[in-house]
Order: sequence, then C-alpha cells, then structure tokens
Amino acid sequence: MAEIRFAGYGGQGIIRSGIIAGRAASIYDNKHATMSQSFGPEARGGACSSQLVVSESKVLYPYITESDILVAMSQAGYDKFEPEMSEQGRLLYDEDLVKPKQSRGHIAAHAIPATRFAEELGHKIVANVVMLGFFTAITGVVSYDAMKKALPESVPEKALELNLKAFDRGYNYGLEAVKRQGDSQKN
Amino acid sequence: MKANPKDVLTGIYYIDGDVASGYGALAAGCKFVAGYPITPSTEAFEAVCRRGPQVGAVFIQMEDELGSISAIVGAAWSGVKTMTITSGPGYSLMQECIGFGAMLETPFVLLNIQRGGPSTGVPTKTGQADIMQSRWGSHGDYELIALAPDSPQEMFDYTIKAFNLAEKYRCPVMIMSDECVGHMTEKVVIPEADGIEVEPRRLYTGPAEDYLPFKPEPDLVPKMAKAGDGLRLYITGLVHDERGYPVEDSAYKSKYVRRLVDKIRLNRNNIIELREEGTDDADVIVVSYGISSRVAVKGVEIAREKGIKVGTLRLVTVWPFPDDRMSELAKKARAFVVPEINYGQVVYDVARCAHGDANVVLVPHGGAGVHNPNDIADAIEMAVREEKKIEGLVEFKTRLQKSVFEGGFKLKE
Repeated sequence: MAEIRFAGYGGQGIIRSGIIAGRAASIYDNKHATMSQSFGPEARGGACSSQLVVSESKVLYPYITESDILVAMSQAGYDKFEPEMSEQGRLLYDEDLVKPKQSRGHIAAHAIPATRFAEELGHKIVANVVMLGFFTAITGVVSYDAMKKALPESVPEKALELNLKAFDRGYNYGLEAVKRQGDSQKN
Repeated sequence: MKANPKDVLTGIYYIDGDVASGYGALAAGCKFVAGYPITPSTEAFEAVCRRGPQVGAVFIQMEDELGSISAIVGAAWSGVKTMTITSGPGYSLMQECIGFGAMLETPFVLLNIQRGGPSTGVPTKTGQADIMQSRWGSHGDYELIALAPDSPQEMFDYTIKAFNLAEKYRCPVMIMSDECVGHMTEKVVIPEADGIEVEPRRLYTGPAEDYLPFKPEPDLVPKMAKAGDGLRLYITGLVHDERGYPVEDSAYKSKYVRRLVDKIRLNRNNIIELREEGTDDADVIVVSYGISSRVAVKGVEIAREKGIKVGTLRLVTVWPFPDDRMSELAKKARAFVVPEINYGQVVYDVARCAHGDANVVLVPHGGAGVHNPNDIADAIEMAVREEKKIEGLVEFKTRLQKSVFEGGFKLKE
C-alpha cells in the first residue's frame, strides 16, 4: 500500500495529479486507488491538496495515516504536509518553488524544476504532468504504461501532445536521477 | 423492469461521488433535473449537463433552490423521473417543497452533498449535520426515505435505488451524502443495462371515471397519473380526500396524514438496508453512516488490535430508522459507539432504541473534517470499560475538543 500526498496551490493541477495517478493505478494497473481532495473557496491561489491511497486490496479507510510520498509544488504545501510523512518516506518537490528543510529520518528527497521544464515546453500549466512523470520514474507506484493510458482521458484533447511531452520530460529526468543515485551508491 | 440501454453509460470510470450520482440518475431513467449549482455538489450538475443530452435528459438551471424543487415536483406530475441536487443553504431553502412533495405523494430524488454548516458554514468541506433535517426539515408530519452511500460506486448504485424507492413508495427520497464521498474519486463500474433494475412509475390503468389519485393500494401507496393524460387530477398541499379535494375534518386529517407516515413505517422492513459485521458477539457496536463509516474502519481496527470485540453496523438507509434491529442488538452488546460529523443527531435514535439495555457513546465532530480514528478507538475502549448502565448518552471528549476548547465550554459562575 502507498499513501501519497500532492500539495500545492489552486490552479497548479494538484487535484488533477491525484486523479491521473489514481486512474492509472485503478483502471490500468488493476489496483485499488482512492483519491480525496481538499481545497478552499478560492478557484486559484488558495492552499490545495489531494491524497491518494493505492493498494492491492480494496481501500477501506480512505485517508493518509502517514504519507509514504509527498509531492510538493508549493512551500506552504511542503510546510503543512512534511510532518505527516513517514520517516522512510520519499519527498518529490519542485526545486524552484520549495526549499526543503534539513531532512529527517530516512526521508529521501528528489528535486526537479518541474515548472521551469513546463515553461520550456510551452506552458507552465503542464508542470503537474512533468511532476507526474518524475513521480512515476522515482516511485514506481504506478506503471509508465498505465500513466500513458490514463493521460488522454484526463486532459483536453488539444493539449494531449503537450501533456505527453511534459510527462516524458519528467519521466526521463526521473530515470536519470535514479541512475545517478545508483551510480553514486556504487562508487 | 430493466434499465433502458440508451440511458446507461456502461463502462469503467475513475470518477468522484458527485459524478457517479449524476450517472446513476441517468441510468435510473431520470429525464429532468432542475437545480442551482452549489459547492460541493456542482460536479453532479456538471455530469448531468454533460451526459444528460446524450440520453435525452434535460437540465435547467433555475433562479434558486425554491424554483428548482418546485420545478421537479411539477415535472414528476408530468410523468418523468426527476431529481434536484444541492447542499447546505440550498437544502434549507428546499424544505417547504419537500413537505409539499410528501403531501402530494410525489416521487423525486434529492441529492444533498452535505457541507459544514450552519448557514454558509464551510462550503468546500464536509459535514453530516443535515441528517435530522432530512427527516423532519419540513413542517407537519410525514416520513420519507434517506440513504447514505459511502463510496463513488455506492453513489451510482444508491442513486438508482433512491429512484426505485421514490417510485415504489411515491415519496421524496434523500441521498444524504457528504463532501468527502461526493469529492472522493474511485473506480466506478457501470454495468450493462440488463444488470440494472429500475422501478417504473405506478401508473393507473383502469377506467378513467373510476380514478382516484389518492386512493391507496394494499401497500398504502396510491396509483399515479400523468397530468394531461385525460385522467381527473386535483393536486393541492391542503389535506385532501382520495379525489384530491381539500378536507378540514380532524378525523379525516388524522387518517390521511397517518397513511403518509405509515406507508413508510409499515413498509420499513422492505426499505431498510444495513451492513453489519461481527455484531452478533460484539461487546461494542460502532453505528455509523456515510463517510464516518469509512473512517470508523480504522478506529475499529485499532480497538480490535487491543483485543476488544467490536462489531460494526452501517446505516445505508438512515431513515426510516432500524428500530427493531437496534433494540435487538442493545440486548446483546454492552455499548453502541456513534461517530457522526455533528454534535449528536442519529445518536439520539440509537439511544431511543437502546432504551437502557446498552450504553450509548457519541463521538462528535464539529465538521470541516473527519474524525481522528484514534478518537473512535478510544471511545470504543471507554465504552467497554464502563460496567454499569449509564443514564442517557455519553459524549466522548475528542482530541480536537480537548485541544481547541479544553474539553468544552462552561458557564462562568
């Protein structure tokens, strides 16, 4: 079982990230995935988070007890949800938006300039999808194939190509990061 | 009768409870939805707006909630299956016409995605504090049916059931969901149409001159007519006779209103649906509904790890209340623990049915969030420790209560 928190602010696609990963896990990886969302009254700019519980068996209790993975796209989101992380957890963050504090326990931190990559690709709106690619490569909670199948039904058709590119950009960056880490452990 | 294949969006979806309920309504054959969008139920409107036209259903955004519910009562009398969707303040505005619908024995479904109240409250976050309002929110005596699904799949399944119950008993049926279930996204499987049972309208088919719109059948439910079909109809919120004409006589009023109440009360064993697990030899039974039943799972797990025999009873149907089963269980178990996201509503009915045979512990929550499962576990432990019978019900002091207002308000001397 994996308990995952996506955190950021309204407009970044934080809830959409939970839906895409949840759809990939439950429909295309044949697991069980429950996504819950939390947002304020503002359409954009307010604190926003989604939680995703992925399990091999039916998800009975739908919420996070201790998050295994925190995906932070804002400093406020990181500050609020870092304390709920497991000491064995993994932190994924946008390095231009979040400055993490000293790591505690065995939490492994993985940084990516997701928003910057998205802007390079043409629009910062796909920053969450860059992050999802990175998330897929680093955590393996959902498979690459499942994510690629889930994307077309989760984004507008005219933006699909951009989203697929964004996903691959994040995924490849994640694979390189994993490889770098493997190499440094070998050395 | 099976659902019409044209109405059923067969497939496997990853959608939230709101959307699932909208798809459920369409699958049940709902052809008219009137409403005024309000958080956190808006996604249900969107689902109906987007998919409704594909199955020949109409959605109208009305000027407000008064107009919305009035429109669906009218639409029901034109012969179609109807629904409205709302939350919080919108639900309060609809109360008068819910009674009107009950009085006219009008089948319709009302989806209430409960949010934190009172008044505007906390619009984007959850609550379960409308649950008693769903029973007696309108003036006068009446009974209706309220269901509390706990997952998106159930939002689909029980929206269909709500339509079926509305048609069968000719009464308003409330789907008393909450923001957590409405905004929870999970896999929802929509079966083929031949896997979905739908209840058709109980239309009168005899000679026109003999039709009496409020003459009950043996199950106390009258046959309905469509306005404009040539059958004689007179419809009023005044107490009326079998023809529909106003009557002021006290004896007649007693009889008529009694039937409105009894058509639900006497049929309750056919209506009520419960989910029980481990209740037969439990020391403590956790009674819950909606999202609180999903949260209670964790509390029960923690308590069981401590060796406590805990059973669970989930009220899928909250109203009518399962008096008989609750009284029976009160004789076997030592206590009921009732977590609900309010300061005590359904717990009073649990206490009424326990009538001193079992202790009753309320685990309250002020809303805009769900219980800490540890509070439910601790309340279970407290309930099992308590040897003697307690007068009335006990309120468990939650961690939140202790930390935010030091265990409760007190009047200064």
